[in-house]
Amino acid sequence: MLQDKDRIFTNIYGIADVGLAGARARGDWNGTQEILARGREAIVDAIKRSGLRGRGGAGFGTGMKWSFMPKEVGARPHFLVVNADEGEPGTCKDREILRHEPHKLIEGALIASFAVGAHASYCYVRGEFLREAEALQQAADEARAAGLIGPNACGSGWDFEFHIHLGAGAYICGEESALIESLEGRKGQPRLKPPFPANVGLYGCPTTVNNAESIAVAPTILRRGPEWFSAIGRPNNVGTKLFNISGHVNNPCTVEEEMGIPLKELIETHAGGVRGGWDNLLAVIPGGSSVPLIPKSICDTVRMDFDSLREVKSGLGTGALIVMDKSTDVIRAIARLSRFYKHESCGQCTPCREGTGWLARMMERMARGDASPGEIGVLEQVTRQVEGNTICALADAAAWPVQGLLRHFRPELERRIAEAQARKSGRAA
Amino acid sequence: MPKLTVNGREIEVPAGHTVLQACEALGVEIPRFCYHERLSIAGNCRMCLVHMEKSPKPIASCAMPAADGMVIRTDTPEIHKTRQGVMELLLINHPLDCPICDQGGECDLQDQALLYGFDRGRYRESRRAVKDKYWGPLIKTVMTRCIHCTRCIRFATEIAGVPDLGATGRGENMEVGMYVEKALNSELSGNLIDLCPVGALTSAPYAFACLSWELRKTESVDVLDAVGSNIRVDSRGPTVLRVLPRLNEDVNEEWISDKTRFACDGLRHRRLDQPWVRRSGKLEPATWPEAFAAVAQRLKSAKPDRVAAIAGDLADAESMFALKTWLATLGSPHLDCRQDGAKLDPACRAGYLFNTTIAGIERADACLLIGTNPRREAPIVNARLRKRWLMGGFAVAMIGEAADLTYRAEHLGPGAAELKAVAEARHPFAKTLAKARAPMLVVGQGPLVRPDGGAVLALARQIAESCGLIKVEGHWNGFNVLHTAAARVAGLDLGFVPGPNGRDAGAIVAGAGEGTIDILFLLGADEIDTGRLGSAFVVYIGHHGDKGAARADVILPGAAYTEKDATYVNTEGRVQRTRRAVFPPGEAREDWAIVRALAEACGVRLPFDRLADVRAQLASANPVFAALDTVQSAPWGAFGAPGEVGAAPFRSPVRDFYRTDAIGRASPTMAECAAVFSGNASGLTGTHG
Repeated sequence: MLQDKDRIFTNIYGIADVGLAGARARGDWNGTQEILARGREAIVDAIKRSGLRGRGGAGFGTGMKWSFMPKEVGARPHFLVVNADEGEPGTCKDREILRHEPHKLIEGALIASFAVGAHASYCYVRGEFLREAEALQQAADEARAAGLIGPNACGSGWDFEFHIHLGAGAYICGEESALIESLEGRKGQPRLKPPFPANVGLYGCPTTVNNAESIAVAPTILRRGPEWFSAIGRPNNVGTKLFNISGHVNNPCTVEEEMGIPLKELIETHAGGVRGGWDNLLAVIPGGSSVPLIPKSICDTVRMDFDSLREVKSGLGTGALIVMDKSTDVIRAIARLSRFYKHESCGQCTPCREGTGWLARMMERMARGDASPGEIGVLEQVTRQVEGNTICALADAAAWPVQGLLRHFRPELERRIAEAQARKSGRAA
Repeated sequence: MPKLTVNGREIEVPAGHTVLQACEALGVEIPRFCYHERLSIAGNCRMCLVHMEKSPKPIASCAMPAADGMVIRTDTPEIHKTRQGVMELLLINHPLDCPICDQGGECDLQDQALLYGFDRGRYRESRRAVKDKYWGPLIKTVMTRCIHCTRCIRFATEIAGVPDLGATGRGENMEVGMYVEKALNSELSGNLIDLCPVGALTSAPYAFACLSWELRKTESVDVLDAVGSNIRVDSRGPTVLRVLPRLNEDVNEEWISDKTRFACDGLRHRRLDQPWVRRSGKLEPATWPEAFAAVAQRLKSAKPDRVAAIAGDLADAESMFALKTWLATLGSPHLDCRQDGAKLDPACRAGYLFNTTIAGIERADACLLIGTNPRREAPIVNARLRKRWLMGGFAVAMIGEAADLTYRAEHLGPGAAELKAVAEARHPFAKTLAKARAPMLVVGQGPLVRPDGGAVLALARQIAESCGLIKVEGHWNGFNVLHTAAARVAGLDLGFVPGPNGRDAGAIVAGAGEGTIDILFLLGADEIDTGRLGSAFVVYIGHHGDKGAARADVILPGAAYTEKDATYVNTEGRVQRTRRAVFPPGEAREDWAIVRALAEACGVRLPFDRLADVRAQLASANPVFAALDTVQSAPWGAFGAPGEVGAAPFRSPVRDFYRTDAIGRASPTMAECAAVFSGNASGLTGTHG
C-alpha cells in the first residue's frame, strides 16, 4: 500500500488549488531549471534507471523511448507529442491529471521535450475533454506568464512551446501514429511501421509520443531520484500508478497506488469493496476494455502490474478496472465492447474492418443465445484471424475481450444457447 | 545491398526494396490487393503477410523494407492459414456475383480466392450493401464490391493529381468516393478501372459487352495523340470492344489517357465502308473500279503542278510514303503533312522532336512550357512531368494560357513578351534554366501553327542554346516539340512536305479556293477548312465520314489504326507499329494499298507490291524507319525563322480533349465526356434545348 509521502499526484481529487500557486506549494516547478541543467543524457538516463514503463497501455520503457530520438537535431526539428486522447472505456486517469494536476503535465512536457531535443510539444486532448482542455490551457497560460514555458523556459535557455489540440472523438486517434495523422489534419488512421515516429513522425520529423501520465510523473521522478521510484512496486513493474476503479463497487474512484498491489486489496481498500461483498464478484476487466477479463478465482490473488496480469493472460493496459458482480450479464457486457470496437475501427486493414463487424454481430446473437453451439468455435477462430494481422493493435483489442470471455465463460455461452433453443422448441411445441 | 533469406534461399536486393520485391525477385509469389508498384504503399489489405524470424506477428511484406539478415518464410502452414483468414474476411462482405460482374475472369479477388478461399462461407450475418456512386460517364461503380484497397484513391491523388477521391466513414462503414459527388475530372481516370483489383470500378462503355476470355487480344499502338501509347486492342469478331494499356516504361509506363482507352467505340460509328463518287453534286455509292475511273479520268486532264495532297493526323507512314512516291512520279511538288500549318522545319530532325524523350523527363530539373497544355495535348507526358515534379527539385514555368496542370507551374505570361524576355536572358526564369543541370523546354503546337510560328521556334531554339539546354558531352537535349498528331513526325521524317516551289497546306487550300489546284488528295485530312476548297476535285482516302469526306468528290474507304499493320512515329521520334486487330469494315482497304491501286488505275505502277516492299523503301529513304521501338537521338542544327512574334497570346490547339480527331468525334462516349467535362455542363439549366 502506497504511503502518502510517496504519492506523486497529491491533488488528484482537485481539493486544493489547481492553479500555479497551489501547484508550486505541492512542489511542482521546483528546481526545474536545475533538472534541465543536468543535460539531455542525464535526464534520459535517470528515467531509464527509474524503470518507468509507459502508462498508456503497452508498458514500453519511457526512458528507452526517449533514447530512440536522434542524438543531434538535424535539419528536421524534433517534436514531443503528449497523448491525452484518453478514450479507452473505463479509463479516466489522464482526465484527472488534465483538470487537477495540469502543471505536472506541463512541467513534464518541458522536461521530456528537452530530453528529446524538441522545442515544441503538442498535447492531443480527447475531444470530449473540453473543460479539461480549458483547465490545461489556463495552466499553460499561467506557466507562460511566469516564464516557466515559452522562450528561455524556467531560465534554462531552452525555448519551449506547448500547444493543446482537441481531437474529434475518434478512439483510434489514441494510437500514436493515428494521433500524428490527426494532428497533421488528416483522417486518423494508423501509419505503417517502420518507419517509427522517432525517425519519421509528426510532419515527417522525429517525434516522441508519450502518454499524459508518463509525462506527468517524470518531474517528480527526477526531483526525488530514480532510486526512489524504482524502490516502489515490484521488479520490472515499479513506481506508482493511477488506477481507475469503476463498475460494481461501492465507491468508484481514481487512486494512485503502487504497482503490483493485489487487485483485491485495491478494490477493498479504495473502492469500498465489491457491491454485495467480495463473494459477489463475477469478473474484472483489469486494464481498460481492451484486455481480457479475469474471473473471480484469478482476482483473488492476482497483483496489478504488467507481468502478473500477463501471466494470467490478461494485461495491465491503462490500469482501469471494470468490476462486474454476479448480476452482470457478462456476454452482453462483452458484446457491448465488441460493438464499441466495430464502431471505432478505422477501416484501413481488412481483418479489423471486416472482423470487428463480424465479431460484434456474432456477440450480439450470442448474448441472445441465437446461435448454434458450433458457432462458439467460429467466434474463437475469427478472433484469431483478426488478432495480430493488422497495422495497429485495435484489432487485437477487439479480439482479446472475446477471447477472455471464451476462456473463462464458455459454459455460460453454451447454456445461453441451450436455453434459447429450448425456448424456441417450447414455443414450437 | 541487404542480403536476406526467403524460404531458405538467399537473395541480395537493392537498398530500399521491400520484402515483397525480394520475394518476387526469387519468383516467390505473394498475394496482394492494395500493393501496386507505381503507387505509394498502403499496407492495408493484409494479404501479403509473411513470417519473419524473431517477429511474433506476421509482417506485411509490401511495407517492410528488406534488411540484412532477415529470414522470411512464405510457405509455412501458419502463413497459409493467415492468408486464408484474411481472404475469408475480405469475402464476407463481398457479393458473390461473379457471374454478372464485368471483372469476372480478370479479377484479383477471384483468382486469389481460388488459392486461399474456403469452399463455403461461415458468415451468417447480413451483408453490407453500399450505394453506388457517380464518377462520371467512363467509370461504372458497384461500390458493394469494393474491398477498400485504396488503390484508386492513391492513383487519383498521386499519379493523376486530382485529389478528389478519399475515404469517408470508418470501420466497415468506410466508403471510397468523393466528398461532393461529381464526375472524376481527370484525363487518366480510366486507369482506375485497371487498378481496381475487383469489380467495384469497371468500364462504363464496356459494361456487359463481353466476357474477358472471349476477347482476341492484339498488341498495338495508340494514334489518337502523338505519344504513341502502347496498347492492347481487345476485339471480338469484327468489333473492337476495348483498349487497354500495355507496359512500356519508356513511353506510357502502364497508363493510357481516357481518349486512348474510350474513343474506340468511335470505330463503330460513321465508318466509310464503300467507295463513293459525287455525281451531279450528290455522293453516290460506287464500286472500286468506278471510283478509280472517276479519279483517273480527272487526273488525265490535270497538269502535274495543279495536283496536291494533304495528309491528316492519323495517316500512317506507309500510305504517306506511297502517296508521296506517286506525287513525285506525277511531278507535283504540292504536298504537306502539316494540315494545321505548323511552321516545323523538316530539315532539322532535332527541331521537331521531343528530344529529351518521355522517360528522360525524369532526369530533367527545370522545365519551360511554351504555348502548350500537356494535360490536354498529351496526358501521358503530363503524368510524367508530374511524376518528376513529385520527386522534388523541378522548377516548371509556362508561357501561354494559365492552366491547372496538376503540378505547380509558374505562369510567366501569355506569350511573345515573356518568351523574348527569357530568350534574351532578361527574365529570372532564364537564370533558373541556365543554372539547372538538365533543363528542358517544351514547345506546343499552339504557337507553331500561327503565321509567326517560325519565329517562336527560332526563339525557343535561342533559349535552348543560350540557357544550356543542349549539352553535347552530357548527352542531354532539352529542346522538345510536343506534337498532337500521330502522323506528324513520320510525315516530316519521310518528307511529306512541299518540294521545290511546292505549296504548303495553307497554300494548297488557298490554291484550291482560287482554282490553281485542280485535284486534291486528302489522306484522312479533316482538320483543314474544307469549305474553302473551291471547285477542286477532292479525293478523300480515310476511314471516317468526317469533314473531309463530306467535301470529297471521290471517297476511297481506308482502314483505321486497329485495322492495319502500320508504322507511326511518336513525338519522341520512336518508330512503332500498330497491328491489325480486326478487318476494315465492308469494302474498306488498307490505305497504302488503295494508293498503290489508284496509281495503277491512273497509269502509274508504284515500285512496291507488298507491305514489306513499302517498308523496305521507307527505310532506305530514311534509316530512322528501320529501327523499331527505339529513339535515335537527332543531331542539333539550325531551324526556325527569325522574325517578330505577334502579341496575341499563345493558345493550346486542343480545345476539346475528347474530340480531336475523326475517331473521337464519331465516338458517343467521347461526346458524353465532352458534354460532362469540356462543355459547361454545370451551366445548363435543365430546360436548355
